[in-house]
Amino acid sequence: MNEGRREIIQIVFVLVGVVFLIKLFFIQVVDSRYKQLADSNAIRAEVDYPVRGLIKDRNGKLIVYNTPEFDLNIIHKEVKSFDSARFCEVFSKTPEELRLLFKELKARREYSSVKPTIFLTKLSTLDFAKIQDNIDEFPGFYIQARSTRAYTAKAGANAIGYVSEISKGQLERDKTGIYKQGDYIGQSGIEAYYEEFLRGQRGVRFKLRNVDGVEKGSFKNGAIDTLSIPGQDITTTLDLDLQEYGEYLLNGKAGSIIAIEPSSGEILAMVSGPTYDPNLLTGKNYSSNYVLISNDTNKPLFNRPLMAQYRPGSIFKIAQAMVALQEKVITPETRFRCDRSIINCHGPHSNEDLRGAITHSCNPYFHAALRRMLNKGVSNNPFDDTRIGLEEWNKHIRSFGLGKPLGIDLPNEKGGLVPSPAYYDRAYGGRPWKFSNIYSIAIGEGENLVVPLQMANFAATIANKGYYIIPHLVKAVGETGKPLPKYMEKHYTTIDSSHFRVAADAMQQVVESGTGSYRGKLQDIVVCGKTGSVQNEPRPDHSVFIAFAPKENPKIAVSVYVEYGGQGARAAASIATLMIEKYLYGATKRPQIEEYVLRGKFLN
Amino acid sequence: MRNQEIISYKMDWVTVALYASIVFLGWLNIYAVTYDQSANLSIFSLQINSGRQLLFIAGGTIIIMGILIMDMRFYETFAYVIYGFIMFLLLLVPIIGKEVGGNKAWLGIGSFGVQPSEFAKFATALAVAKYMGSVGFKMDQMRNQVILFVMIGIPMVLILLQKDTGTALVFTVFTLVFFREGMSPLLIIMGVVAAIIFILTLLVNEYYLFTAIGVILVAAIMLGKKKWKRIAFLSAGALLICSVIVSVDYVVNNVLKPHQQNRVKALINPDADPLGFGWNVTQSKIAIGSGGFTGKGFLKGTQTKFDFVPEQSTDFIFCTIGEEHGWLGSLFTMALFIGLMLRIIFLAERQKNRFARVYGYSVACIFFFHFAINIGMTIGLFPVIGIPLPFFSYGGSGLWGFTILLFILLKLDIHRSQVLQRM
Repeated sequence: MNEGRREIIQIVFVLVGVVFLIKLFFIQVVDSRYKQLADSNAIRAEVDYPVRGLIKDRNGKLIVYNTPEFDLNIIHKEVKSFDSARFCEVFSKTPEELRLLFKELKARREYSSVKPTIFLTKLSTLDFAKIQDNIDEFPGFYIQARSTRAYTAKAGANAIGYVSEISKGQLERDKTGIYKQGDYIGQSGIEAYYEEFLRGQRGVRFKLRNVDGVEKGSFKNGAIDTLSIPGQDITTTLDLDLQEYGEYLLNGKAGSIIAIEPSSGEILAMVSGPTYDPNLLTGKNYSSNYVLISNDTNKPLFNRPLMAQYRPGSIFKIAQAMVALQEKVITPETRFRCDRSIINCHGPHSNEDLRGAITHSCNPYFHAALRRMLNKGVSNNPFDDTRIGLEEWNKHIRSFGLGKPLGIDLPNEKGGLVPSPAYYDRAYGGRPWKFSNIYSIAIGEGENLVVPLQMANFAATIANKGYYIIPHLVKAVGETGKPLPKYMEKHYTTIDSSHFRVAADAMQQVVESGTGSYRGKLQDIVVCGKTGSVQNEPRPDHSVFIAFAPKENPKIAVSVYVEYGGQGARAAASIATLMIEKYLYGATKRPQIEEYVLRGKFLN
Repeated sequence: MRNQEIISYKMDWVTVALYASIVFLGWLNIYAVTYDQSANLSIFSLQINSGRQLLFIAGGTIIIMGILIMDMRFYETFAYVIYGFIMFLLLLVPIIGKEVGGNKAWLGIGSFGVQPSEFAKFATALAVAKYMGSVGFKMDQMRNQVILFVMIGIPMVLILLQKDTGTALVFTVFTLVFFREGMSPLLIIMGVVAAIIFILTLLVNEYYLFTAIGVILVAAIMLGKKKWKRIAFLSAGALLICSVIVSVDYVVNNVLKPHQQNRVKALINPDADPLGFGWNVTQSKIAIGSGGFTGKGFLKGTQTKFDFVPEQSTDFIFCTIGEEHGWLGSLFTMALFIGLMLRIIFLAERQKNRFARVYGYSVACIFFFHFAINIGMTIGLFPVIGIPLPFFSYGGSGLWGFTILLFILLKLDIHRSQVLQRM
């Protein structure tokens, strides 16, 4: 009666084996998922962080460097025969503080008794030598070195930028795949723009870890590990002394100072006021300080030289003069009566030639000159005529690098605005417009917008008599000793070089006998400058001044904006010429002017 | 002298070779689990499991000698005495036993401890075989069946008292032996069906199951002869199944302990909580799955070595095979086990009396249960039930228990022609 039952049992035995082998085949051979899971279980990639490149000033002075910070890590499981009295002595803690430290340690989310966890930070502020000598008395405690950014001076914060942990959004946008959560990245300024050179290349060590995360030697004996490559050092174009002096002068004011070496386009100083202490955005207290700085109503993180767009004001008259000369609607000898019926003017003058008009900043002169340029009679229709004239005007003005970002080696540069026919079409919503609608652009008011950097570049262009090199902050990347290629090309304006002689002469007159003569004149240097007062009804004007010096073979071009600083001849002209003195002489010979600036009472 | 000649001449060396191979492989794998590159301890070192396992193997060899020297009639004659003695020990465990790893399953003699539950298997096998081999035993008699189930029920209950569910479940495999000896397969089929329904209930919403049963019921009624008796019978069956389904929820939530509930849930969906109750199965599958076709090589496994898999020396020892020796290693290991089990059936079938044959089948079925449940659990086909892989897993009691089980059969086999035919 039990026929075949033996066979049934045998079949069951074999069948179970076959089922197991099929299942095993699927998880071992077919499904590769388990292999990856196993690797992520047991192999941890440990990043060997490269040293970030240093940042120096144009004379080789160190501005940004890396400083080691020491933390005390604890592996709680390894702590044995802990002598708390001795610990308090070595680490200068009270027993109560120590008790609190342990309490905090265990409360932390990432706490694990077998993994290294931070116990104390910034050991370097304590008696580090004593700690190092005695650390072996405390098994389970380890000193961990980290590297953070440090600054030799509280200067150039907005130009240099800062480094901080990469944000979630940045991580999502990152296409390079280089960054991981917790990595540091340049967030602004040079640190951001030259990130790829500064960051270096990370190395990686593959370590085997057990289930508790305890290290169990290297994977494949380190055969596929790589070493880190340090970041490249960067030499900026900044003159640290000049930069610090500029920040000293602008202290307590909102505005910007930019100084450029005209022949090379190198930025000697770029001051944004108000600024912040770069040391606040490094190391442990980054987050709390960042909140403080970014919530400051004075916006210290707003890099005014590149981001603040102002109407250019009277300094724009020089550009108007160049364009009018180039279009041959005037000659330097052309005179216009100072007819104050349409645009008001200031000062006692009545019938100036071009140089005189610049020197005295005559508004009606440039109104008349622009009318000639925009209404040349090419078309009988005044609307079409203005359109044709404006098109040409726009092309010339843009050739000075206005109306678009210049391309400085910093992020977030604004471009300003040079109105074009298309712009007015939009602004007037299709209704016709002609010269009488738009004439305020003649004196740098109206729709024109520039950023201070463009005005400094404009001064450099006049100094160079018709060309500029894009202003930049870095003169050498790594060992090449060269800036990026685009900072070695000359950009020519559409204006003949000869016309700039007229501009330089007039600007010399501005300083010697015109609007800027009282605070802009220097004893031994011929300064060429132009004042500007940008209207801000009902608040006081912005004080603006551009200048270059010396007149022959210029070494420095400057633009200064002091917000609500009143007339350009006061705050801005003083600061600009102080900067010139500082750069050319090393110090000012006019302490009374320096004191006037520092006092900051420009309006009375 | 003559005795020894008979032993070596009639000994089934195929089984011995299979046994030795499995024990040897197990020993190597126990070493692989504890192997630590930095510590660099020898496989013989008593500081690690492999060294201690070697002592257990040596002890096992002495036990084998003892079994072979003993008169073959001893086992049948004293079957009930042995059974009674072991049951007594099992009874003692909850009272004077010591606790190891949460389970009170050990009896200590000094620093040395044994698990009586491991020896209950061969004792029960002997007793069952003796009872079934006795004159006048008829499988189809209800009374005999009841006594058999009591015989396997006593150790089950006693072991359950030690909270060792896995080992207790082993005794259910005796139903397979009863089946071989003529018991109706209905009981096994019902058990398997109940298990399937149990799992299905956990997997599928019970209302779907009710609907499916309803559909099947209606179909069965429509297709067959429409007799009242038949319809009533089918309906009663369907109702019974539905009540089982309803009771499953109750069983899962009230009868099973939380850790047992989780094991069942982990089987169904280990990803639900991979770091919690799914951890064992997930890590075990990762270890085995990462081995690939040929494995990472001896001592090269990372998952088992770095403690990602729990209980690796004992219940999860198969992970080491899977990780370090891949699918081919698994194939070879399983071939050894199935070869051994089939060989035991072959031995059982060639016995001249029912006692020896039943005993042989008991041995084969116990090995089969351990093999199927243990490997099935490591690859996620069965819930995590902590029972060892015979001869492979680390542990003295287990190794000795299985060795006694196997070598009593070999002893009986040597003398099979000397016994009276009593089939």
